[in-house]
Amino acid sequence: MSSGPSTYVPATGLTRWLDSRLPLMRFAHDTMLTFPTPRNLNFWYAFGAILTFCLGVQIVTGIVLAMHFTPSANVGAVPGSSLAFDSVENIMRDVNYGWLLRYVHSNGASMFFLAVYVHMFRGLYYGSYKAPREILWILGVIIYLLMVATAFMGYVLPWGQMSFWAATVITNLFSSLDQVVPHMGSAIATWLWGGFAVGDATLNRFFSLHYLLPFVIAGVVGLHIWALHVPGNNNPLGIDVKGPQDTLPFHPYYTAKDAFYVGLFAILFAYLVFFAPDFVGNPDNYIPANPVVTPSDIVPEWYLLPFYAMLRSIPQKLIGVMVLGGAILTLAFIPWLDTSRVRSNRFRPLMKQFFWVFVVDCLILGYCGSKGVDAVVPFFPALQLVWVARLGTAYYYGFFWIIMPLVGLIETPKPLPDSIAKSVLGPAQ
Amino acid sequence: MATLTTAEPTRRDFLYIATGAVAAVGAAAAAWPLIDQMNPTTAVLALASIEIDLSPIVPGQAVTHVFRGHPLFIRRRTPAEIAAADAVPVSELIDPLARNANLPDDAPATAANRGIKPEWLIVSGVCTHLGCTPTVSTPQAPEGAFGGWLCHCHGSQYDVAGRVRKGPAPQNLDVPVYSFLSPTRIKVG
Repeated sequence: MSSGPSTYVPATGLTRWLDSRLPLMRFAHDTMLTFPTPRNLNFWYAFGAILTFCLGVQIVTGIVLAMHFTPSANVGAVPGSSLAFDSVENIMRDVNYGWLLRYVHSNGASMFFLAVYVHMFRGLYYGSYKAPREILWILGVIIYLLMVATAFMGYVLPWGQMSFWAATVITNLFSSLDQVVPHMGSAIATWLWGGFAVGDATLNRFFSLHYLLPFVIAGVVGLHIWALHVPGNNNPLGIDVKGPQDTLPFHPYYTAKDAFYVGLFAILFAYLVFFAPDFVGNPDNYIPANPVVTPSDIVPEWYLLPFYAMLRSIPQKLIGVMVLGGAILTLAFIPWLDTSRVRSNRFRPLMKQFFWVFVVDCLILGYCGSKGVDAVVPFFPALQLVWVARLGTAYYYGFFWIIMPLVGLIETPKPLPDSIAKSVLGPAQ
Repeated sequence: MATLTTAEPTRRDFLYIATGAVAAVGAAAAAWPLIDQMNPTTAVLALASIEIDLSPIVPGQAVTHVFRGHPLFIRRRTPAEIAAADAVPVSELIDPLARNANLPDDAPATAANRGIKPEWLIVSGVCTHLGCTPTVSTPQAPEGAFGGWLCHCHGSQYDVAGRVRKGPAPQNLDVPVYSFLSPTRIKVG
């Protein structure tokens, strides 16, 4: 780690003995206690800790839920139901505190995505993807992709109507490859299903992978934090740390600050779990999966709605799937699409406006994705909502591939402060 | 210039490449069972064909059966519906191919090529976009503008011959292999 020479001094005989064999305490001391952190990090920088909290909650609740879950689409005791569906209902009704564990886990997914979106927009606003943090950003994009895959497979497990049809629609995205190489896409879909349709084999493998992927995420999070600790944190000013006067030790300053915001986040989380546990869920998922009846309005969970709107806005199958995949892939190129030499949008008057339009654009796309296929614009019944989604998709791509490179070249940024310390403490420093 | 020429490959270079090649082939061979285990088992592949009794179906009625885990649409068409399907020129269709497993791959999507008897339309109930089950359209409760089916997931529309008339679906509904065992009984698969 780049925090300079280690300042760890083993205090006891035991820690001296350990330090010369496995310097675990030294590692923890240097990365979590003395690590020099910019002194001006604001509220938005607490989401790294909040996300770590979320991952921990999902892993712990997930492990205990797996002790009661049956990954089988075979018909259970209730006609028309399945062993999987019945086992989830058993968790909800009979397992001690099962209702709490499952509601924490299912709402935990939403809280996880809420936090990751704030974290991503924060990185976008303060230019945290710019050199020397490109790898850090790309590892974040990989974590986000793994989160989407994990959340999708977890959503399939209760084997309700939304589970089944989400699995059908998402795996069928691959069948669009038939338009590139005949039969290739269908062969991939059949391979994913383990049959001619989504069924028992699909449910079993999704359960296996849903259990695996969080640990893969934890591994990539380790790399993400490693890549963070090489250049150190970016900060709201987007300027480099110039010396010790610009930093504070991570502990107690940021351990305390992060803990406070994790507490606030946990209050919001608890409100959802205890007072609106089905607020983010779709009631149709309490209907057991029926392979011959698609629900009249199928929508993904809220955190994927913007991408769903993009998919639906394109009337051609293969291009629609490419636009969907490209929207996430685009994120990996941001470090090289932004041509500005200034990181933080605080000093970028023009880019700042495009940024906030982009935030609103994502919300509008989410709204479009939540409505039916033939919905119209509120108060303008003559205008099909799909045209708004098309405009929104165009702005999403335009923001990254046109606005970002161009604005960096034409914009005159505001003057940057000399140092973090001068900005925070005044010119006397 | 002799110093710039590369050295002759040695026996050690050969051994490096040979060892690497054997390891790569071995790794690929070991990976294949791990990949192929996800494909359908022989028990799944051996799914028998099914027989369906058509006699309870009245003209204008559409029913859904299950074939290989997917819905199968059976529709007894009225003379008006048959005439409507016949009236559509192939040049107007999004997918000009019949997609009928009983015919050659390049058969055009005429109404006649979409089945065996004009009265009976037997097609897979899997939307060719992303696999949802489209909703049937009836004169009493129309779904979409083409009288056949509307897929609520992403808005694809099909006509009374199961041909796609409005995207994003790229293909007509598949016609599976089937035959008439008697005037009121079919075997599918």
